[in-house]
Parts: sequence; C-alpha cells; structure tokens
Amino acid sequence: MLLAPALSVSAVLFTFGVAGVLLRRNAIVIFMCVELMLNAVNLTFVALAQQLGVAGQIFVFFVMAVAAAEAAVGLAILLAIFRHRQTLNLQNINLLKG
Amino acid sequence: MTPTLIVFWAFAGLAMGSALLCITRRNPVSSALWLVVTLFALAGLFVLLDAQFIAVLQVLVYAGAIMVLFLFVIMLLNIGRATRSDIKGAWGLGVGVLLAGLMMVQLLALRFGAPPQQLTLPPGAMARAAAEQGMVAAVARPLFSTYLVPFEITSILLLAALVGAVVLAKRKL
Repeated sequence: MLLAPALSVSAVLFTFGVAGVLLRRNAIVIFMCVELMLNAVNLTFVALAQQLGVAGQIFVFFVMAVAAAEAAVGLAILLAIFRHRQTLNLQNINLLKG
Repeated sequence: MTPTLIVFWAFAGLAMGSALLCITRRNPVSSALWLVVTLFALAGLFVLLDAQFIAVLQVLVYAGAIMVLFLFVIMLLNIGRATRSDIKGAWGLGVGVLLAGLMMVQLLALRFGAPPQQLTLPPGAMARAAAEQGMVAAVARPLFSTYLVPFEITSILLLAALVGAVVLAKRKL
C-alpha cells in the first residue's frame, strides 16, 4: 500500500511550502510556495481517495479551480502593488505597519 | 521493495528535491521552473495512486496554465534577474526553520493514523472502477451528479476571479 509513503511525502512538501513562506521576502516566490502547499494537500486527497472512494479525487478538482482563481487574483494584486511601489520585496511593503 | 515502490520513491525524491531547490533559489524564474519539475513529479505520483485523469489535469492546469501565468508576471515585471538573497536573516531563518520543523513532526505523526476500517474500500477498488467505467467516467459521473452544486458554484467563483483580476490589473477603468 502506498498510503503511508504518500502521506509522508505530502507532509515534507507541505513543510517546504511553509518554510518558503516563512523564509522568503519576494512576494511572487511566497505565492509559489502557497501553490506548493496546495499541491501537497492534493497528494493527500489522492492518496486517501485510493481507500475511501472517488470523492477525494473530485475534491482535487475544486482545489485546482480555487488555485487557478487565487493565482489570477493574487498576481493581479502583485501587479498593482508593483505599479505603485516598484518593488515586490515584502520588507518595503509596510503601509499597514504601525 | 516492489517495482511500484521504487518508482514511487524516485518520483517522490524528485518532487522533494526540486521543492527544496524551489524555495532556496535566489532567481524567481529558476524558482518557478523548479516548481514546474515538482508539479510534474507529483503528476507521476498521482498515476501511481490510481488517479490518471487527475495527473493529466495536473500537467495541463498547473504546469501548463498556472505556472505560465507566474512566469509571465515575473517577466512582465522584469524581476527575473538574480538579486541579493531575499532569504531572511539569522533570526528569521532560525525561527522559520524551527516552526517548519515542528510542523513537519506533527504532520509526519499523522501518517501512522489509518482511516476507519468500516469506511475503507477493498484494495484495488479504484483501479477496478477505472477499468470498468473508464478512467474519465469514474471521476466525471459523481462530479456531474452528486457534486453538481459545488461544480456550479465553482463556475461563479471563476467568474468572480475573472472580473476581480481585470479590475485589479487595469490601470484605468
């Protein structure tokens, strides 16, 4: 059975995504790390679908649709930020910082 | 070690290695390209887990559409050149690695849990269903019957994202 190995791979990939979000300062790279986390969760869904029925695979569809919507809106926001501040380094985007 | 397991760990190693490279490269373009390698390796894992149709979608939608969008924006903003490393300093690095390590321990502990016995299908049930009904039909039939309402709601979500992206990215409406 591939369930336990798939769950460990998914855990490692999710952790890499979290580490990327915590460690990087470039907004686009952080965005890509979020995609990595979504993919790790997709792997969990597919691995469990093998034992619990096809609903897990259908959930992956919805995750993909949400990821596509999120990428489109998020990148549009990044474009707008870059147009105003000429940078994507999150240290320089601190308008809400007290 | 069965051949399936060897292929599985080959793809898994590729996915984990390229994910590590993705979060450590300085240049956003190389980060994006390593992420594409991760997505392809994950598609291979999906095939091994009896989800062939999802694997095709993974290559088409993720590696084909979403990552092209990312590369397009990186090149549009002209930030593809390698700059000073944007990884946080010693303090941020230490705290980040510590938190991520804690999370990894917690997630790895979950793999010892098994789904309840009365819910699990017999081994090979998914592969059998795909062989009987066809690879696409096994996924499409429940999607367009049991999960029809969520499917339609997804279309509203995509419409909202479409309008939102145009409004946000346009200079002047």
